[in-house]
Amino acid sequence: MDANQLQVVQAELARGKTRPGPLLEVLLAIQERLGFVPPAAVPVIADGLNLSRAEVHGVITFYHYIRQQPAGRHVVQLCRAEACQAMGANNLAQHAKRRLGADFHATSPDGAVTLEAVYCLGNCARAPAMLVDGELHGCVTAQRFDAVIKELAERL
Amino acid sequence: MTVRLYLPRDAAARSMGADRVARTIEETARARKLDLQLVRTGSRGLLWLEPLLEVETPQGRVGYGPVSADNVASLLTDAVLKGGAHPLCIGLVEQHPYFASQQRLTFARVGVIDPLSLQQYQAHGGYQGLQQALKMSPADIVQAVTDSGLRGRGGAAFPTGIKWKTVLDQKATPKYITCNADEGDSGTFADRMLMEGDPLCLIEGMTIAALAVGATQGYVYVRIEYPDAIRTLREAIGIARTAGFLGPSIQGSGKAFELEVRCGAGAYICGEETSMLESLEGKRGEVRVRPPLPAIEGLFGKPTVVNNVISLASVPVILAKGAAHYRDFGLGRSRGTLPFQLAGNIRHGGLVERAFGMTLRELLYDYGGGSASGRPIRAVQVGGPLGAYFPESLFDTVVDYEAFAGVGGMLGHGGIVAFDDTVDLAQMARYALEFCAIESCGKCTPCRIGSTRGTEVIDRIMRNENRERNLGLLQDLCETMLQGSLCGLGGMTPIPVQSALQHFPEDFMRTRS
Repeated sequence: MDANQLQVVQAELARGKTRPGPLLEVLLAIQERLGFVPPAAVPVIADGLNLSRAEVHGVITFYHYIRQQPAGRHVVQLCRAEACQAMGANNLAQHAKRRLGADFHATSPDGAVTLEAVYCLGNCARAPAMLVDGELHGCVTAQRFDAVIKELAERL
Repeated sequence: MTVRLYLPRDAAARSMGADRVARTIEETARARKLDLQLVRTGSRGLLWLEPLLEVETPQGRVGYGPVSADNVASLLTDAVLKGGAHPLCIGLVEQHPYFASQQRLTFARVGVIDPLSLQQYQAHGGYQGLQQALKMSPADIVQAVTDSGLRGRGGAAFPTGIKWKTVLDQKATPKYITCNADEGDSGTFADRMLMEGDPLCLIEGMTIAALAVGATQGYVYVRIEYPDAIRTLREAIGIARTAGFLGPSIQGSGKAFELEVRCGAGAYICGEETSMLESLEGKRGEVRVRPPLPAIEGLFGKPTVVNNVISLASVPVILAKGAAHYRDFGLGRSRGTLPFQLAGNIRHGGLVERAFGMTLRELLYDYGGGSASGRPIRAVQVGGPLGAYFPESLFDTVVDYEAFAGVGGMLGHGGIVAFDDTVDLAQMARYALEFCAIESCGKCTPCRIGSTRGTEVIDRIMRNENRERNLGLLQDLCETMLQGSLCGLGGMTPIPVQSALQHFPEDFMRTRS
């Protein structure tokens, strides 16, 4: 963990620790700013919130959303749930994995895109759905997926 | 004269390009020197028509949809800005058959107003419920909610008034109001649409709940997969606080209520109420053993109301119009309205708020218009990933809590996912168990281990390895999970599996490599 990361962790601890039940909030805030929760931050967080390292580690590993390594430059969260499956989400997932050269919970070899599976984005009437860097897309076909990925590459 | 246009800012509309449409409208209006005002609203719920642009006319709002940025140039003409003809015109939105036949109580303002305008909220009946509540005793508020017949809209359908009475009767303080907005069930989006389209209604409902039970702090637990809802709700809380509808003395009453949004982190199990409380306390979302009930020892060990978004958002209209008004909708023990959500392989997907008592068939065909693919609808799953798969022979089931329980299903949060005849129910049953394995909190064995073993058993059935014996084993395993799990995740995952086995046995007899 570098000095900048440590500073972020300490700032979020200072903000969070006066509030009731702050651990998850603090972790989310750190991830929001750093993109992940560095493993070296665990003892610092434990110390700051008067918890054991095991408690902090336990919460980090319980929640799918919290990551312990940095993601790629962009994050694509593809819905795998039933309503999207009814509209071809399984085929779309196969296509996405091929196109990116990455399985779920992995990053494309060029480091550009991390592919995540999610279970429902609340866009079930416009399925299949995906979130790209927090932006929701509906009625995603293989063509639309490719267009979005191309646009991401051009944004770099 | 300024022409007023309305375009949703709802995430479903944005997912289909509403923001690009909005930008193009602003640019085109500037270039053509048009006097326009564009109001961003929630969605009306006619989601297959999103982005749905509405033009205000003396007769009402005329709708055009689905609009893309490419259509904007042809829409911003003198004729259309008076509500005139265009290939995308659907006529007056409130006379559209999908909308006109609905009974909008909870969603009355969604899609109509700017969700972050307190002035529009109040002009459309907002905060009338709270004004009533401020004149009533806590016991009278609880009585009104009890008399309305409102039952928990999250899925468990427990009478809301009885839950509130339990919290009111507790001596311990502080008390908490928590809103479960961890809407993780596939096929459901009513909570999201309400939080994005009328967040002040949820805030008002929670404030009334606080007055009713004597709570001083509230939390809305929103899933992280809903970034738009989180943003909108946080802004709305700020607006309510500035106007004195939240804070140390609500509208000068001397009664305090503070409200905060807390985010989930991608764990389906946190929609289970005790797991949600653990998560709100910042811990692993492992379910608690009940008793004690959350109403007695809930958040931080204190008396806590845990209600779903739609339950709480239905409270303002109950207080404003009276318990009898709400109770007069519905039938039997299912009173009031439910926002049904039509999803998956359905032509006209969207939100339909109606009194209980329609049939599944009416929802699927009269509203839904059949499948999106044009093929026959073979199965529907009602009530999320833990709900039963129904074949066509059960489509005439009346949609209320008891009728659904009577045919081995559950209405849950009112989500209906349609599948056409390409669906493989053995695969869907396998997926139900796989999902349970991914999302299990790990606390109890039937759920933690049974879910993984279950996927393996279905794999063997599909490969025709000792099929008959493995089918028996699967039933056995389902029974163990059903009887032996600590909460609804392990305890209800067998429902989709067993309903698939019962209604679609042929899918389990087909051998795959």
